Amino acid sequence: MSVSSPLIASLYGQRIPREQLPFSHADIETALRVGSLHEQSGLIKTPRGWRCVRCGNDERSWFASFPCARCGTNCCYCRKCLMMGRISSCTRLVHVTMSLPSERYAVPLAWNGTLSAAQEEAAMEVKQAVLNRRELLVWAVCGAGKTEILFPAIAAALEEGWRVCLATPRIDVVRELAPRFRQAFPRVPLAVWYGGSEERGQIAPLVLSTTHQLLRAYRVFDVMIIDEVDAFPYSVEPMLEYAVSQARKEQSSLIYLTATPSRAWQLDVQCGKRQAAVIPARYHGHPLPVPSFEWCGNWRKRLERGRLPENVLAWVLRRLEQRKQAFLFVPHIDELEAVTRLLQRVDARIVGVHAEAPARAEYVQAFRDGSVPLLVTTTILERGVTVPNIDVAVLGAEDRIFTESALVQIAGRVGRSAAFPDGDVRFFHHGKTTEMVRAHRHIVRMNETAQKRGLLHR
Amino acid sequence: MNCLLCHSSYNPIASWRQLLFLEDVDVLCPRCRGSFALIDGRLCEMCGRPLDEASPSPCADCLRWQEDEQWGGVLVKNRSVYVYNDWMKEVVTLWKFRGDYAIVDAFRRPFVHAFRQSFGREWHIVPIPLSPERLYERGFNQAEALARQLPFPSFPWLARKHSEKQSKKSRRERLETDNPFFLTDCPPLTGKRIVLIDDIYTTGITVRHAARVLREAGAAEVGSLTLVRA
Repeated sequence: MSVSSPLIASLYGQRIPREQLPFSHADIETALRVGSLHEQSGLIKTPRGWRCVRCGNDERSWFASFPCARCGTNCCYCRKCLMMGRISSCTRLVHVTMSLPSERYAVPLAWNGTLSAAQEEAAMEVKQAVLNRRELLVWAVCGAGKTEILFPAIAAALEEGWRVCLATPRIDVVRELAPRFRQAFPRVPLAVWYGGSEERGQIAPLVLSTTHQLLRAYRVFDVMIIDEVDAFPYSVEPMLEYAVSQARKEQSSLIYLTATPSRAWQLDVQCGKRQAAVIPARYHGHPLPVPSFEWCGNWRKRLERGRLPENVLAWVLRRLEQRKQAFLFVPHIDELEAVTRLLQRVDARIVGVHAEAPARAEYVQAFRDGSVPLLVTTTILERGVTVPNIDVAVLGAEDRIFTESALVQIAGRVGRSAAFPDGDVRFFHHGKTTEMVRAHRHIVRMNETAQKRGLLHR
Repeated sequence: MNCLLCHSSYNPIASWRQLLFLEDVDVLCPRCRGSFALIDGRLCEMCGRPLDEASPSPCADCLRWQEDEQWGGVLVKNRSVYVYNDWMKEVVTLWKFRGDYAIVDAFRRPFVHAFRQSFGREWHIVPIPLSPERLYERGFNQAEALARQLPFPSFPWLARKHSEKQSKKSRRERLETDNPFFLTDCPPLTGKRIVLIDDIYTTGITVRHAARVLREAGAAEVGSLTLVRA
């Protein structure tokens, strides 16, 4: 069996259930016999129960069993990675054992934008980390221009003939980044992996993937970049951490991108345990808008009586009067509905959007088009959605759901464009929390660091 | 306890009665449980679909069946447990197509209740079979999984030939295609009352195809109990 065999070429870099292979039994048997294909059980018996080889799950409660028609026994299966096809105790996972070289690309980068001083510095650090196959955290404030700083490093990797994967928890980001990467690396084949995409699982020199789809890959990437490490679901899901560890080669670099590293990681950076490239300033060189706190009493009780706190209502009215668009964040869906109803009496164009809202994308688009003056939302919109010239308020900033990182992300929606680098960030609360104070301090520190390093032009 | 569907934790003891009489606790959290819509109130006496006050029973679909010389009277009645709302569609996809067998636990109580209410122990339970090819592909037969929830034995008296996936055909095409079902080695069916078990009743063609085979073998009455009425 040679390297050019279609079976080897099409399966390389993946680890998938045998029954999903589009090849004949005879072909697969031959490949197994000559050792170019390796087969193993999908589930491994452990002293406590089972472990899923694909997703790493070993919690008892995430397994179930069923009378399996394939093996005729009561077969155990993993409920955690079910969305990728069921792995049961009679499933065989196969992967290609040899390593296929990738093509080298001379001068692959066609992007001719310029990096700010802060970006330039970080870009060089990332490039070094990639070339030295190290781990690096890129701690970049919201609006720093994270994507561009990756370009020199990715270009260097492609020149070496390495495979690069950028994984992010959110599918919207994958879709949004694809055209930008195609433009920046026009001659390099790019595969985009998300649930339902035709190309998922396809190995290319450049792969953009949701963290979930990474479960398909096995020991194939020389450069692994994880976007928004702190974001749901990566930080809470050990499964995805496992996926990353399986998808990258043993000798590979690992780059984490985030605006809001966890408490533990921040401490690691401070005491030098974790290498980090910090970008404290936005690409436009203006400081981050600093949130202000405003006590709003027992707002939940007021909501029950069908009223909003006076100062919150005043804040909203002021934006409407000034015709300045704004986001109003609330902790939960129930409150979202109540607040939206009250505000719609003031202005019928106001809408509320939450994660399960079917028309979510439409409302966000309407907001972008300017036909919605104010959008009430839960924390799902804290990342990603970027609209120029807006103000932001949080109602109930003391709620548990508003962690330091959520609040920093929320504040990070404001002042993104160079034309409107400023705006109001207001946290309405019924009792200040540590998380609020940390978020405030986080932003102030970033501004100070930027000032010290001369990255702000003023 | 964690919910079988959304995996969030919840308190399964909803009432004192439950605690005192050691009733089975619900495997779903109240939010997920509440998203299912049970069929109750006025029904079409034939196919068991929910009807509003003004609509006649049997419904127009069933009248059409009854007027058909070939098919009228083949099936005595169908009863279904749930409405096919968006939530149910998602759950069925997860259960049947993604293959999360364990979800069947969530259906047990209402399914057994519907069985006792509309049928009973004098009815012989026969799950709608899958073709061997489809069974291998899925790993289990969802109708059999439902039949196993009932506190009576079920009988594998039917088998099925492989054919196109039904959801891709129109009503007319489905009606005209050859009957995919045939009898296995089974005892004489003369005079027996049989209830077919399936996951979804859409047009009623599948259960009628199966019912017809059983009737031709002498079954006195054939009805069906399905999880969902689409």
